[in-house]
Amino acid sequence: MEFFISTLLFGISVGGQYALIAIGYTMVYGILRLINFAHGDVFMVAGLMGIYLNTFLAAYLPPALVIPVMLLLVLVLTVALGFCIERVAYKPLRTAPRMSVMISAIGVSYLLQNSATYITGGQPMIYPSIPFLSDTITVAGTSIKWVVILTPFLVVALVILLTQLINHTKVGMAMRSVAKDFETSQLMGIKINSVISTTFIIGSALAAVGSMLYFTTYSSVVPTVGSMPGLKAFVAAVFGGIGSIPGAVIGAFLIGICENFVKILPFEGATTFVDAFTFALLIIILVFKPTGLFGEKATDKV
Amino acid sequence: MTLQKKDKTGALIGLAAAAAFLILVIVLENTLAPTSQLFVVLKKGAVYSLVAVSMNLLNGFTGLFSLGQAGFMLLGAYTYAILTVPVAVKDQVYYLFGGSAVKFSLPDLFGGLDTPVGLILGVILAILLGGCVAALFAWLIGLPVLRLKSDYLAIATLGFAEILRAIFQWQALGPVTNGANMITQIPTFNNFNITGPDGKVVLYLSAFFPLLIATLCIIVIVMLINSSYGRAFKAIREDEIAAEAMGINLPRHKMLSFCISSFFAGVGGALFAMFANNAQAKVYTSTMTYEILLIVVIGGIGSISGSCLATFLYVACSEWWLRFLDNKMVFTSTMQPKRIAFIVIFAVVVIGGAFLLIRRERKGPGRMWAEILTWIVALLLLGWLGYFIVTGSLNVPLMGTGFRMVVFSVVIMIVVLFFRQGIMGDKEFTDLFLRGKKAIGKEGAK
Repeated sequence: MEFFISTLLFGISVGGQYALIAIGYTMVYGILRLINFAHGDVFMVAGLMGIYLNTFLAAYLPPALVIPVMLLLVLVLTVALGFCIERVAYKPLRTAPRMSVMISAIGVSYLLQNSATYITGGQPMIYPSIPFLSDTITVAGTSIKWVVILTPFLVVALVILLTQLINHTKVGMAMRSVAKDFETSQLMGIKINSVISTTFIIGSALAAVGSMLYFTTYSSVVPTVGSMPGLKAFVAAVFGGIGSIPGAVIGAFLIGICENFVKILPFEGATTFVDAFTFALLIIILVFKPTGLFGEKATDKV
Repeated sequence: MTLQKKDKTGALIGLAAAAAFLILVIVLENTLAPTSQLFVVLKKGAVYSLVAVSMNLLNGFTGLFSLGQAGFMLLGAYTYAILTVPVAVKDQVYYLFGGSAVKFSLPDLFGGLDTPVGLILGVILAILLGGCVAALFAWLIGLPVLRLKSDYLAIATLGFAEILRAIFQWQALGPVTNGANMITQIPTFNNFNITGPDGKVVLYLSAFFPLLIATLCIIVIVMLINSSYGRAFKAIREDEIAAEAMGINLPRHKMLSFCISSFFAGVGGALFAMFANNAQAKVYTSTMTYEILLIVVIGGIGSISGSCLATFLYVACSEWWLRFLDNKMVFTSTMQPKRIAFIVIFAVVVIGGAFLLIRRERKGPGRMWAEILTWIVALLLLGWLGYFIVTGSLNVPLMGTGFRMVVFSVVIMIVVLFFRQGIMGDKEFTDLFLRGKKAIGKEGAK
């Protein structure tokens, strides 16, 4: 029973982290019809930034200020990175065939990974521990970090904030409209480019928060660390019906929980099948519901 | 000039070019030192071009966006490796599992790896079986997933590739797949070098063999694309509903394209195992699929010769031409020709790049800040160059392990951003030869 509870807690926490990344995928897809393959690597770069900024700031600031300033800077820089990627790599291809934009995304992902390998020398880096979040607490007989317990609450809060933004502000309305029909919204006087930039900014900010939570739980950062969570977050987005934010969040939580239960299945080599299981689940869902759980027609896509 | 006649001339030119290329490879192989990086490029290029063309058949000609290529390569590679490990070394390769469950080896059935018949028949049969296994799995996978549309199909096929990778690493299947360990001691391209009685190589054929197989397979694919099936595939790509209305059986043709593409991906996987000297599940990741997709798009979606050209450029850039960037470089004197060459190339790249970017900006919507930014960056870089010249510095900055891949990815981004249609668009290289003739034909008709 204790084992069950701690697995469930871990599952929910990982699911929350996937959810934060998945929102970025699903929003960009909803608006641009683009699988943003670079999103997982933005997440990785956010992790690396945290490490480098932490050592850099420690030399200039009093110890108590280092972590908060670092977190804030990571957020700002990741947002800037997401914005630049969109402007440099996707915007010039707005009228190009869909495949070219996707290749551009793969190219950006390559560039980020290779640059990270070059800068870190390919060595795994250790993410600084954030006070309070990294402290452990004993729940149901097992000691777990605070971050595991707090993640789902933070995620739910952020998601509520985001849905409010999308449903009740002017920017949100513009986003919904662009997601429905790109060209018509342009004719209605919506500034497409600023809407798209806003989408990338929100996506990157959430990825930065996701990276803080994820790397506090699993502290090792290597250049390819973003690809698996990125892929899984994308799976989560597809799972819930790509383009739908509630779908992506539910998909991410489901995947996180299932994945942690597969890990403890009592047969030899169960851990080999953790990733495979996620995909198997996805395929089963797709076979029965070809557009995901909350397919495009059922919900607004943003 | 009629369409058929044009096709025929094109086919002849293509065949002649392929034959000339193969002969050139044999000549090169027996004149240059066998350690030259060129042969690595040729071998890897042969494997990748076959896989890229097979992906192009599916993505470019049938319009099915599938990302399962690495999975099918894995099937081909493992089938090949399992069937060709010589019986004598099986216990050694599978030592963790107390020997292999597959008690025979194809080359040994035909007389062993040392005899020409055993080698050629055994290896080719194993390669073909690799393709068949991949095609069989493609059929099984295709039954449920081919109903899905665009991106959903992509993620489902990508998922299957990941599942296959996990299954092949499963320890419980160890006696067959060697678990998470690689299968080694398989016949490789080097087995095809003909050795004399004294053990010295008489005729090098190690790069010729994969290129021959890849060429033959690509010819088959080209023939398929030019057949009525190929026309049906293209019709499906253009408009599924219209194609169905014209009487094309959609599920059947999609499945056919999927299986054939996977067959050749399997063959490519078997060749990749030969290239890498082993079969190892953890190599065939989604990154590999992305790499191949990148090649297909850079070459031009729907152009076979574009895929081949892009493959060799891609492999040569990543494995050979840019390799010097990985080593620290220090010039010996301020007037060393290399240093002067570096300065000139740097200046040309910066000035040329800035010029092109600014011209592009002025043609499009005139955005002041973009132009100013370009100016600032270019002037900063030139300023650094001036500093470099004046101080007589001998250290080239930035170069070091991993820098090659950074430069390589920047090059890829430039190609992607500035050549939207890929290198060849949807043209074939034979069209280049035919363009002049077509013009003459038209004038004649007037």
